[in-house]
Amino acid sequence: MADTAVKAKDQTPTIEGARHPANVLDARLAALSLPQGGFSAAARRDALARLQDMGLPGPRDEYWRYTDPRPFNAPAPAALAVPDTQETPLFDGLDKLTLVFVDGVFDEAASDDLALEGVEIATLAQADAAESWAADLYGVLEAAGQKPVKRPFATLNTAAAHDGLLIRVTATPAKPVHVIHRRASDSADAVWHHVIRVEEGAELTLLETGMSGARSNGVIEVDLAPGARFHHVASKRAADAKVGIGHIFARVAARAQFKSFTLSVNGTTMRNEAVIDIAGDDAVAHIAAAVLGDGGKAPFHQDDTVFITHGAERCESRQVFKKVLKNGATGVFQGKILVKPGAQKTDGYQISQALLLDERSQFLAKPELEIYADDVKCSHGSTTGAIDEEALFYLRSRGVPRERAIVFLVLSFLADALAEVEDEGIRDCIYERLDLWLTLNAVQ
Amino acid sequence: MLKIDNLHVKLESEDKQILKGLSLEVPAGQVHAIMGPNGSGKSTLSYVLSGRDGYEVTEGSATLNGESLLDMEPEERAAAGLFLAFQYPVEIPGVGNMTFLRTAVNAQRKARGQEELSSGDFLKLVRAKAADLHISPDMLKRPVNVGFSGGEKKRNEILQMAMLEPRMCIMDETDSGLDVDAMRLVSDGVNALRSPDRSFLVITHYQRLLNHIQPDVVHIMANGRILKTGGPELALQVEEEGYGDLLAEAG
Repeated sequence: MADTAVKAKDQTPTIEGARHPANVLDARLAALSLPQGGFSAAARRDALARLQDMGLPGPRDEYWRYTDPRPFNAPAPAALAVPDTQETPLFDGLDKLTLVFVDGVFDEAASDDLALEGVEIATLAQADAAESWAADLYGVLEAAGQKPVKRPFATLNTAAAHDGLLIRVTATPAKPVHVIHRRASDSADAVWHHVIRVEEGAELTLLETGMSGARSNGVIEVDLAPGARFHHVASKRAADAKVGIGHIFARVAARAQFKSFTLSVNGTTMRNEAVIDIAGDDAVAHIAAAVLGDGGKAPFHQDDTVFITHGAERCESRQVFKKVLKNGATGVFQGKILVKPGAQKTDGYQISQALLLDERSQFLAKPELEIYADDVKCSHGSTTGAIDEEALFYLRSRGVPRERAIVFLVLSFLADALAEVEDEGIRDCIYERLDLWLTLNAVQ
Repeated sequence: MLKIDNLHVKLESEDKQILKGLSLEVPAGQVHAIMGPNGSGKSTLSYVLSGRDGYEVTEGSATLNGESLLDMEPEERAAAGLFLAFQYPVEIPGVGNMTFLRTAVNAQRKARGQEELSSGDFLKLVRAKAADLHISPDMLKRPVNVGFSGGEKKRNEILQMAMLEPRMCIMDETDSGLDVDAMRLVSDGVNALRSPDRSFLVITHYQRLLNHIQPDVVHIMANGRILKTGGPELALQVEEEGYGDLLAEAG
């Protein structure tokens, strides 16, 4: 694999690019029904004011240089047909608490009871009528995550989210919580917002599968108390023309562990942003993704944008991003590690790699390190490569047909990202599903 | 079994002729060795027979039991019964040795119209054959060749050979990088596979391997052609005298 050209280093960054005129934002807001909110009312008002102030991104914004924001700026999503058949849900064989959202709205009838020992679960729509512990967090981590880079669609989400989950973990539950997103309408603009607080020494595994809406905007705010552990495993297989944006904001206290893995498949314009604030000593934050993009039926553009701040001593962060792109697909990775003054003994690692299955696909990577402490270890790497012909021949010489051999090599390429899923049972589910998708898609 | 006639091969990317009219025939049940100095085209021959990209056959033919190999895809050649033990087996991280082997075995069975092996039957078979080759259950679970020593990689090749049960085995410098004990293990594995309906073409630099895997016929190859063919004594002659005299004799 040859080192890829790291683009955009040679251009002058425009932190404040040209913004769209206010009427674009007005039209966007007019198309939304903004809930007044109960406990979240102040946060929603604040978010609206912040959004008016920052505006929606334009193509010249530094953080939107590689991804066109217009599908997210448009007042309404383009219609997207709901598929007739749903495939067997992922993680079906695991013991778990299943919670179903349809186009971003909780579906009580399709869900398990909100009862899990060691965990308090409420829905945003119901809880918002009264007071909630989540008042200290709703929109708070999102607001904190706006510096130094603005993320207007997360702010819009705080103002407009109708539903979501409020999860407070006080012990370690016996099974994971599984959120399933389903689609019912071909025009839904799904906006959902989860708030998760894991208390000291407690642990939660959150599984997330499926997509909502013709366009989706999801925010997860995660607050980890000292020694808390949080595992997030998401699988997003989108319809070919899907538009979606997701943000995860995490605050990680001392000795806490944050681990997130996302499998992302297809979709026209998909962007996942992660903003992780490592705030306490000896904490760990890992974020990984495996992406499969096929530009054959619809244009494919997928963007992972990560910002990890080290603000404490002896912390470890790890970013592992792997993208498999074909038929003119575009993959984007913007990953930054910021080490604040005093964050000594930081161990920061970042790798982003693309496997291009043809010459028309492209990978745009912008790794960034910004370090203000003198005793740290930080590394980043980015590569773009093609299928290894030697390995392909080896497999075929044993009788493995070419298409199957390529599936093996794609799985091999993604292995490091999948290895970030700690639980073996969950990892096996992901691996099997990935294998199935690759086989069905018959990567040529 | 294997019949190569007047084979001419050049590199696809440049105008460089590597095989220049090579002919040889390996009957069923026999072991033939090919020896020759560096650059004589031995590895190219093994790659061309097994279907690796990058070579262009300009003249001649190669058949396995009367079927032309050169028109087939590599996986078709494998299903037809050809096996190449690589000089440098490839590491494939993230793909389990067992998964790979089972896929290969069943793909070949399917291509030949045979029923696929169930996972239970496969497991039983692979464990027994692995034990013969001193391959630990842990090695079977690991990703293909990843973290294997040189000797382990070669033993893994022989395990694949034993599982796939090819009719024609080509071994490309299987002795390279092996210590004495590993060479004995590998040779024992190969000898156990010798049978009246299976043939071997053993490519090697050194006579040493041929003490363990005794050939019926030895070919000396140089400059893209077979220079001389004889019995096992030819290998001993090379070991003692080098290639110099043979090359001079052939002009």
